Amino acid sequence: MHAPDAPTISDAIHAQGVRKRFGGNVVLEKIDLSLMPGESMALLGPNGAGKTTLLKILATLIRPSNGVVRVGGYDVTRDTEQARRAIGLLAHGSYVYEDLTAIENLHFWATLANGRPERERLRAALAQVELESVADERVRTFSSGMKRRLGLARLLLSPPRILLLDEPYAALDQRGKKWLEEFLLAFKTKGGTVLLATHSFGTGLGIADRVAILAGGQIVLDRAMATLSREELHRLYALHTEDAR
Amino acid sequence: MTYARRAWVILWKDLLTEQRSKESLNAIVFFTLLLLFIFQFALGPDRELLRAVLPGILWLGFIFAGLLGLGRSFLAERENDCWEGLILTPGDKSAFFVGKLIGNVVLMAVVEALFLVLFGIFYNVDLWSTLPQLALVVFLGTVGLAAVGTTFAAMTADVRARELLFPLLVLPAQVPLLLGTVKATEAVFQGLPLAEVGHWLKLLAAADIVYLVVGILTFEFILEA
Repeated sequence: MHAPDAPTISDAIHAQGVRKRFGGNVVLEKIDLSLMPGESMALLGPNGAGKTTLLKILATLIRPSNGVVRVGGYDVTRDTEQARRAIGLLAHGSYVYEDLTAIENLHFWATLANGRPERERLRAALAQVELESVADERVRTFSSGMKRRLGLARLLLSPPRILLLDEPYAALDQRGKKWLEEFLLAFKTKGGTVLLATHSFGTGLGIADRVAILAGGQIVLDRAMATLSREELHRLYALHTEDAR
Repeated sequence: MTYARRAWVILWKDLLTEQRSKESLNAIVFFTLLLLFIFQFALGPDRELLRAVLPGILWLGFIFAGLLGLGRSFLAERENDCWEGLILTPGDKSAFFVGKLIGNVVLMAVVEALFLVLFGIFYNVDLWSTLPQLALVVFLGTVGLAAVGTTFAAMTADVRARELLFPLLVLPAQVPLLLGTVKATEAVFQGLPLAEVGHWLKLLAAADIVYLVVGILTFEFILEA
């Protein structure tokens, strides 16, 4: 059995020459990406650009066809288990069981992650995402935004070093969006790394140190936010996503 | 975290979900009732014919009911991408198979108990006097059916033609179980000692062990595929 290598690269996320092909369809091509601990990136791109595929590769859910991917210093194809311990993924589905209550969902995931979750901790996580009042209600009765917040509460239980967020603002109301931004800023301040993918221009930029545009399966722009005005970024986004069509 | 606790939390989640939604249980109970009616109409009142086919009817009923319930084992995991969440949790994933399997055995046992009671009433069979022997055969058969069913349900959970593929895969794999259980049940209904069908019971036990081991060893690969 292969013994995991000790992390050697200081990058929290390191992707080099990543290519992903589904049959004859090339979804990602020559992806180079690097994020340091405490750094955050907004990954912008239209629907079908390959954002979710890239996030799933970084999250070890999909294997890249070519290239090197290290997360938390671990190779995602060789040291998968170690890489998984470093990441927290908020995907489209939020990972909630409809016929369990909010607190039962948290109990389930926390048990699988840590062993013996304390009820106070679960309640505190629900309070943080403002779901404490519906803790004992079945998720089937929740709105999409509430399910999203429950998905975030799951991440709060055992905060990872690296957060991968796929359209995290989707279905959140203004209050939820504000709370999420504050949470991500605090997470970053503590040295956490955030990669946030969205097709919605403007969301997530408030917490991003860097911005990248993914279009046609390639990263066509990767710049520090401080070097770009919103207008220029908007112009570049429109230009590249038009090009990609 | 211990292996047993991981299996337990899956079992707890599955039983709680089923207790609340009753999606599988309601459908299977109704289906077994229909099966009993259909067999009754198809076979008519000929007692000799009935006596000969009763073990087969019993196990066909269990298998058809099992197909219905087992095929739905992983639907909750597909909803809201919980399947991905399970992949990302650290630790041995085969514990999920064990938890799912025990949940399926419990669900099948509930349905089988009800089916047996109705079977006794419909076909005027005295099951009470042979209950311990019958329980052993049913237990061995159920564990095997649930093990092979849980494995194939996981395999086909993300396939578009799941409803078609699942029975096509499961039914051939259940042939040794069907043979063993029908022969052993025949002996029980005839009042023979189980020692006379010891070889069939050994086949059942061996099939159970094979299906359990295959499920445990392959589940992580199925989950990640």
